[in-house]
Order: sequence, then structure tokens, then C-alpha cells
Amino acid sequence: MALSADTSDRRIVEMRGITISFPGVLALDSVDFFLRPGEVHSLMGENGAGKSTLIKALTGVYPIDSGTIDVSGTSRIFRSTFEAEAAGISTVYQEINLCTNLSVGENVMLGHEPHKGGRIDWKAVHRLASEHLEGLGISIDTRSMLSNHSIAIQQLVAISRAMVLDAKVLILDEPTSSLDRGEVEQLFAVIRDLRDKGAAILFVSHFLDQVYEIADRITVLRNGKLVGEYLVKDLPREDLVTKMIGRVLKEFEAIASTVAREIDRTETPVMKATDVGRRGVLEPADLDVYEGEIVGIAGLLGSGRTELVRLLYGADRADSGHIEVGGAPAKMTSPRQAIDRHIAFSSEDRRAEGIVADLTVAENILLGIQARKGFRKIRREKQESVVSEYLEALDVRPADPDMVAGNLSGGNQQKVLIARWLATAPELLILDEPTRGIDVGTKADLQRKVAELSEQGLSVIFISSELEEVLRLAQRIVVMRDRKRIGELESSTVKLDGLIDFIANEGKGSAA
Amino acid sequence: MTTVEKAAEVRGQASGPYRVFMSRRASLLPTLTAVAILILLFIGAEIFLRGDFITPRNISALLLDNAYLLILAVGMTFVIMTGGIDLSVGSVMAFTGIWLASLLEAGTSLAIAIPAVMVGGALVGLLIGILVQFFDVQPFIASLAGLFLARGLAYVVSLNSILVENDAVLSLQSTRFQIGDWYITPTGILALVVTLIGTYVMQYTRFGRTTYAIGGNPQASLMGLKVARTTVSVYVISGVCGGLAGLVLTAYSGAGYPRNGIGTELDVIAAVVIGGTVLTGGRGYVLGSMVGVFVYGTIKTIISFMGAEQSWMQIIIGALLLLFIVVQRAIVARSVRRT
Amino acid sequence: MRTVIKHRLFWPVAMLILLIVINTVARSQFASITIRDGRLYGALIDILRQSAPLMLVALGMTIVIATRGIDLSVGAVMAVSGAVALTIIDGSTDPNQLGVVVLAVVVAILVSLLLGVWNGFLVSVLGIQPIIATLVLMLAGRGVALLITEGFITTVNSTPFEYISTGYLLLLPFAFFIWVAAVAAVGLIERRSALGVLTEAVGINPEASRLAGVRSRGIIWSAYAASAILSGVAGLIYASNIKAADANAAGQFIELYAILAVVVGGTSLMGGKFSIAGTVVGVLIIQTLESSILFLGVSPAQSPVFFALVVVLVVIIQSPTLHRYARRLTRSARQASEHASDLEPTG
Repeated sequence: MALSADTSDRRIVEMRGITISFPGVLALDSVDFFLRPGEVHSLMGENGAGKSTLIKALTGVYPIDSGTIDVSGTSRIFRSTFEAEAAGISTVYQEINLCTNLSVGENVMLGHEPHKGGRIDWKAVHRLASEHLEGLGISIDTRSMLSNHSIAIQQLVAISRAMVLDAKVLILDEPTSSLDRGEVEQLFAVIRDLRDKGAAILFVSHFLDQVYEIADRITVLRNGKLVGEYLVKDLPREDLVTKMIGRVLKEFEAIASTVAREIDRTETPVMKATDVGRRGVLEPADLDVYEGEIVGIAGLLGSGRTELVRLLYGADRADSGHIEVGGAPAKMTSPRQAIDRHIAFSSEDRRAEGIVADLTVAENILLGIQARKGFRKIRREKQESVVSEYLEALDVRPADPDMVAGNLSGGNQQKVLIARWLATAPELLILDEPTRGIDVGTKADLQRKVAELSEQGLSVIFISSELEEVLRLAQRIVVMRDRKRIGELESSTVKLDGLIDFIANEGKGSAA
Repeated sequence: MTTVEKAAEVRGQASGPYRVFMSRRASLLPTLTAVAILILLFIGAEIFLRGDFITPRNISALLLDNAYLLILAVGMTFVIMTGGIDLSVGSVMAFTGIWLASLLEAGTSLAIAIPAVMVGGALVGLLIGILVQFFDVQPFIASLAGLFLARGLAYVVSLNSILVENDAVLSLQSTRFQIGDWYITPTGILALVVTLIGTYVMQYTRFGRTTYAIGGNPQASLMGLKVARTTVSVYVISGVCGGLAGLVLTAYSGAGYPRNGIGTELDVIAAVVIGGTVLTGGRGYVLGSMVGVFVYGTIKTIISFMGAEQSWMQIIIGALLLLFIVVQRAIVARSVRRT
Repeated sequence: MRTVIKHRLFWPVAMLILLIVINTVARSQFASITIRDGRLYGALIDILRQSAPLMLVALGMTIVIATRGIDLSVGAVMAVSGAVALTIIDGSTDPNQLGVVVLAVVVAILVSLLLGVWNGFLVSVLGIQPIIATLVLMLAGRGVALLITEGFITTVNSTPFEYISTGYLLLLPFAFFIWVAAVAAVGLIERRSALGVLTEAVGINPEASRLAGVRSRGIIWSAYAASAILSGVAGLIYASNIKAADANAAGQFIELYAILAVVVGGTSLMGGKFSIAGTVVGVLIIQTLESSILFLGVSPAQSPVFFALVVVLVVIIQSPTLHRYARRLTRSARQASEHASDLEPTG
């Protein structure tokens, strides 16, 4: 590891006392953060800790409420990514930010196109783009439309784009989320090369292995606050995890013991899906859930886990297989079909597919039962009793039914959504990434609630990117990869390492 | 990358010219459809009218009669490419046209009058652009304000039409450069030049590519592109095109008239969409819009040749618009599904 | 006081009152109402009567906008509706017979409904952007109306038909009662049932609503149908007023004024939360403004300049940018004062 950075504590980026608030949340609370030339610095923290917000504060996407930012020794407040790039800071944001309507080559070079005689030199654009892409080990037709390519390719295109700028600071926010091992290796080689040339690299990833492989230094955030800055060699993994999630560890252990019980799988399953699939989206897969059981689905983003549950719920239409609910065959062609059979589904995209932001908390909670009831309004007394019951049961804060739901924090929005579904008295609850982007305390609340409900007989399908969470909650884990179901594990028989290994290698020739 | 996807990539690479075309240039399909329709219209009219349709005179007149529409369509293409819309173009054309006529009537020299009305058009566009970019007003509403403003200003300039007696302006229309039966007027040349400049800017400048990027990705500012400046500029361009169209229309009709161009914005939008530009932005071509204008103009000519009711024009354009929208929707849905 | 100012109807109502006050001060006869032959007359009564077509169209537009849509075809539907009704009356043996007029009205409204169903189909089933989907009918609809009237302006003399726009009922114009009834009906249907809140849910977040089991297709479809029916009635009132079906002039620009009324009334064009009361106030503001502009001696043709200024003003006031800016100002002011108080003990 190149730790030359330690000897001289030159800082290229100094952020001090950064505070940012959004309606209802303090996203960053007086955070300090430093980047030095010639280092790979990893920003760590759970979802919702404030990593992406800190990055966007630096690059001028979010205006800061207070604090100072120095770049190369001068105080700078950028107003846009353009200004940040002009100052030598190149960023790959978490959400892939490209234009699918343009060609691959143009996406790589957009904003930096070489000109010849006052016009864009398209030949040079595609030549340079190919070179940059080959630097990451991909060779594709740069003239093809980006929309023709997979998410993984798009992610690599986004990274190549950042390399075009000869940046002093390179920020990579979750750049590896859909890359395979070989692609990650290639990327790391490029990162090391840039670091050795003196660039400062900010690398954010939730894969601990990758962080320990590439980073020289780690800054930990928790709930929008700075926990500390450490050299990687001084910070064992266990310590890092404790620092990231804080003292809630004990609470999680309690949850794990709640769900550690035998499930009776001799009765008719609540849902039994056989060969459910959709061309180009998901290869036919099986899944069954029994009463009171929590079935976890583990797999990386794009593994087909979301696609599977969307087919089960009728959010998308399956073109193969059949589904039985409570022993009776069921056609799931629309969400209503599923709702009528007492199945509820909470989408991974809370903002776009869950919360109705401008309606009140009460209206959001009631939406599920109201939709089922049709146009006849629910009686006022019934409305009030349902809303207050679930506000209390899920501990929504603030417990104000008339508050506009969009102003709640992410965790509380998630609670409102679960309240919406519980109010419809489901027999099967499908939760897709319910804990993404919410603080650890709320995360524990939600997991406890799910555990309790399953104890009372509710069946749950639980998806999460955080494998620890899946292992903790589920009795049985279905593993997916490459839009395919690759196997099933009893969670009592497997540890985290085993699960990761299973996801990575099961069914591949290279396994053993 | 996953193995399934890798296999797909390989397939995509190894296949023939059809697949290469589809992977590179699928967005050309609507425009090619428009070209095909234009050809079919010509052939159909030629057969139907027994050889009286495809004549140099008719085709030359097509450009002459639709020069103002073409200029407006070029400006509109820029706006629609960013995912916006500009309803003000017809009114801006009326306003600049009548203002030009009134300035000339008052004895202002052309050297002052023409730049003045261009600036007038640009200012209306600037207002719309600022509302859209800095006040988050929907383009539809912002340009609606522009429509009202320009229409009202046209009437403020004059409630009645003003005849233009300036020879230079009139000669834009009356001068005919002839080759055999073919001819072209300065207004036609102006429209073609605007189209060429528009094409060049769209395809070969960073500004043009940024308009595509904004249409394809509303978060394009995160890519470090100058979104604000570009968004405001497209409306200014559309305003300037409105001013040019005002000049052309004034030359064409020999007068400024405050009621000119009512509903023209719809014709322009229809022509642009028929020419293959997708209304949600990010896909399309300036040359496609030119084809769209010619399709529009040809249908109009055919209808007048057949002596049919003017009402059929509206119905046919409506039906064509519908056809194109459904085709585009299918294409966009296809590319969205693949990502 | 704060809650009054914060109420979404505060600004529209304040604006309406201001307009009425200015008008009353400027010309005393504005507020005066006289009774003749058991009928009320006056500038205010005229506003109530003349606002009927715009009111009906804006009402439908409010519902459509609430679903995150827009209906550009309202003017064309008005033209078709008027053309259908007048063609039936014109073709009958006795235009003054009540039965003929009732038949004409019913058929015209059914045809309008059909057009609304078409719009709704394009938007909710084919999933075409509302602006474009309704643009089709906006372009083609007038052509259809012209075909129905065979290219002419059909005129009729039919007392029962004229009653629709110029008749009086219990002191007040009949047209006024039409719009009051329409507002009451729409208000009751939307707010007494769950339709209103489900419409808002669909408008704010269509995908979330679908996943929650809301029948969004039906809701969106019915919004366009309702808009077309209301436009059809507006078309009848318009035709009754000029005693003619003018396929080109009927409802020209009305979509723009209706959208303006909805926005002035505080309903966001982004869909979602809507206010019927706000739209009523919005229409009255526009109609009063129109009357004021006329009084000022400005040519009606020039009035768009004023409306442009109103639009700009309203959208800037509603603009999130302005709100963000205001929030930031108050926050920094607060921080400054907190800072000052922090310093006090030491300083």
C-alpha cells in the first residue's frame, strides 16, 4: 500500500463543519472531511449515513447550510458539477448519470469533445472514447446507443467519463455495485495508477472487501455525523462495522433470536410460485412461503430479486409459470389481483413507487384500504382509529396524521408505507429493500416489527442488499444471480461468508 | 457484468448490418418513416392527379409557401430536444411581423428595424427561458405566458394590418432565382440557411449535443454540463426564429397583421413531431423537422388541388400526428425496456 | 392570521377582492345592481353570466390537471358540441320546439362524451403524454366540427336554445345556475366520495397508486370524459349566446384561459392536490380582469398582455425557487440573530 500520503499531510480538499438539512432531516451535522493527494480514501457508513450527501455538498449539487470547503488551499463553494470539474474534481455519482439516448462514445466524451475546425471531431470522439473504455477493459461499439447496453456497461461508461477529465480529485460513489470480479480488478488497477500519479481518490462502496483492498484511509459517518478518520491498517473490520452501525448491535441480536424458530412446512404454502419468469427479465424461478415464515432473497442489484417479487405481485406480468395462493391457482396480472388475495408489496423505490408525497400521512396510510374499497369513503371514525393505531404501532415520528408525508424522514416514510400495507390485513407481505437509506435506529425498529408480525403468523418475503439483514431476519434464503434463481439456504446453517461465497460462486465451474 | 448480459453484448457485436443499424441509429426510424410518407404522398398525388403534381413549380412553391413554418420548426426542434415546448412561436411571429411593418411605415431604416425585431423575438424567448430554468415553471405554462404577451404586443403595435412598401423587404419574396421552371426566393434561401445552421449546431457543437443530453437526462447538470445556459438559450433561439419567421411572413404577405399565426404553434409542433422528433426530448433531427414541414405542406397542397374542404387538413394532420406519436411511443418504450 | 395567509385560497381570494375594490373605486356603477322585470342587472351579474363557459371548461380542466394531465382539446370539443346541436336544431321542422332542443342538447353532450372517451383512451390505455394525446383532437376536432356544419356558420333562431345563455331564472341568469350546479356536482362527487383523494394520489404518484391497488386507469379516463362533457355544455352555452355554431371561433384560446384559471386558483400543473373553490375564484378573477381591461378602454385584442403579466406573476409567486430563496433568507436571518445572542454573554 502506498502510504506516502502519511508523511506529508498536504490536503487537497478540506471540508469543515459541513451542515445540510432537508425538510424533516438533518442530513449532515457539522462534518469535517479531508482528502490528500496520492491516497485512496474510503467514505464509510450505512445507507443514510450521509455519504452521498457529503459528496454532493463538495461538488455543489446541494448548497450547504454552513461550513467551509477549501480546495487546493483556497476557499471554494461550487454551484454546479461543471464548476467542480473546472476545479479538477471529477465525480461518478451513485445513480448512473448518463444519457441513454446518445451513443456510448458520446456519453464518455460529452462536455469534453475534441474539436477540429470549429466543429466536434466525431472520429476523435469515438477514438478517445474507445481508448478510455479499453483502459477499463471493455471494447464495445462506441457508436451504439447507450440504451442497448447493460447496467454494468453503463456503470463502466460512467467511470470512463470521469477518467476523461485529468482530475486531481476523483470521486467514485458506489462505482462497483453492478460489476463482476474481473471488472472490479480492472477498475482497481486504474485507481492505483491514478493514485500513484498523485490524484486523490474518494471511493465509496458497501463491499468491505473492496474497501480493504484498495483504500489507504477511511472516514466513517453515522447518521449524518462524523465518527472519525482512520488509517486502514489501524482499523480492523470488526471495529469498522461497530463504528458504522453504533451501539444498536445488541438490539439486532435480539431480533435474530425472535425469528430463530422452526417453521411448519407441512401445511399448504401461503404462496407457491412455480417457474415464474419473464423473457429478458427473469429466468423461470420457484418460490414458496409458508405461514409465519420470513423468506429472504439475497443477490446483488440486478440479480433478478426485485424482478421476481414484482412478477409475484403482478406489478409486472409474468410470461411463464403459475402461482398458487393458499392452494388455489391465481393469475397475477395486476397489483389488484394480488391485493385481492391479501398480498402486499412495498417497492424498493420508496419515493417513486411508494409514498404519495403531497398527501398527508393519514391519507397515505389509508390509501391501500381506500383503493380496495373503491370510491365509497371510509367513515371518519374508522379513518381516525386506523391511522392512530398504525402511527403508534410503527412509532412514526412525528405522529402527526395531517403532516405532508413528503416531509417525513426516509425511515418514517417507510414506516408509513408498511402501515399502509398492514392496514389492509395482508397474509403475505413482500418487502423490497425496506431499510435502504434509513438510519440505524429506524432500521432496527422496522426489523423488530417484521419479526414480531411473522411471529403472529404473517408471511414475509424480505429483500435487502445488506446480507447481514437477510441472514438475521429470514429463516430461509433464496439466492439469485444473473436474473436467475441459483439456490436456497436455511439461514441457520450458513454464516455471512458462506452466503457471500454462495452468491459469488454457486453453480459456476470455478466454485470448489 | 453478468454472463447473461455478456452473451447479449457478444450477440450485439457479432451481428449483421441490420443489428448495427438498430443499435446505432434506431432513432432515425421515425424520420425515415416521415421521408417514406413524403414520397408516398408525392407518388399518390401524382397518380391521383394524373401527372399534374410533381412539377418544378409545385415543389418550388412548397418551400416558398412554408418558409416561415420551416424557420419556426427549426427553433422548435431545439426546444423540444431539451424536453420543452414553445407555444409562443406563432404569436412571436405575428408580433415581430407587425412591428417590423410599423417600424418601416414610420420610416425606420431596415438596418435598425430588422435587428430590433430580432431582439424583440429573442427577449420573449429569454423571458420564457428564465421562467423555465430559474423559476421551475413548466415550459408549457411559461411559453403560454410568452404567447399571451407577444399576441397582446402585436395588437399594441397595431390593431389593423399595416402594408409594407419597403422594396428591400418585398424583394425577399418577389426575387426569384430561376433555373428552368425551378425557382427559389430569398425567403426560401433564408429558411434553408436556418435549417443548415440548425443542423450544424445540433450535430457538431457542444451546445447542440447538450440539448440532446438535457432531453435524455434531466439530471444532465450532474454530468458537468452547462444545463442552465443551454436551456435558456434554446428558448432564445426559438424566439429569434420567431422573429425571422415574422420577417419572412411579412415579406410573403406584403403586410404585417396582428392576427397572423394564430394556431401556428400547433402546426409547427405537428410538423416537428411528424419529422421524427420525440416530444419528451432527446431524440430527433433538424432535418427531420424539415421533412415534417414538407409533409405538412404537401398535404396542404394536395387538399387544395383536390378542392377538398379545409377541414380535412386539420383532420389529416391530427391523424398523422397520432400515428407518429404511437410509433415514437413504441420506439421509446422499446429502448426504455432494454435499459 | 398566519393560518389565514397560509391558506391556499388566500392569495386568489385577496386578488379577486382587490380587483373588485379597484373597479368599484374607479367606476361606481361597477358594484351597482338594479332590478328590472324581476331580473338583476349590473356589471357583477354580467361577470357571473359570462363566466359560465370558462367556468365549466376550467372545472373539467382542474380534474384533468389533478391526474397530472392536461386537456388541450376543450375548445375543439366546444366547437363540435355547438355544431352538433345547431345542426340538429337547424335540420328540424320547428326549431322552437322544446323537444327538439332537448334532443339536440342530449346528442351534443353524448358526442362530447365520446370525444372525452377517445382522449381518455389515448392517455390511460395507450399511455400517450396528455399534451400530445389531446393535441390530436385539438387539431382534428375543429375539422370535425367544420365537417358537421359543412364549412358554414350554422345560425338558428330557437327561443328555448337561446334561453340557455340569455334566459333568467329567479332573478339571476340561467347560465349562472348551470355553472353553480356543475361546480356543486363535481365538488360533491370528488369530495364526498373517495374519488377526489384517489385522483390526487394518481396525479402525485401514478406508479405508487397503481401498486397500492388504485384503479388509476378508470380515474384518469373518467377525468377526460368529465372534462369533455363540461366542455360540451360550455360549447352549447357559447353557441346559444351567439345563436350560431362557429367551428373556428368557438372556444378559441379557452384551453389557455382555463389552464390559467386553474393555476391562478392554486392548483399546481404538476398534478395532485386540486382546489375546485380555487378554480371558481380563478375564473372569476379572469372574468373580472377582462371586464376591467375593457373598462380601461384597452382593446380586448390587447388584453393578452395583461394576462401574460398575470401568468408571470402567479408562476413566480408559486415558484419553488422563490420559496427556497425565502426560506434561506429567513434561516440566515434566524442564524444571524442566534449568533448575536450567542455572542452577548462574552461580548
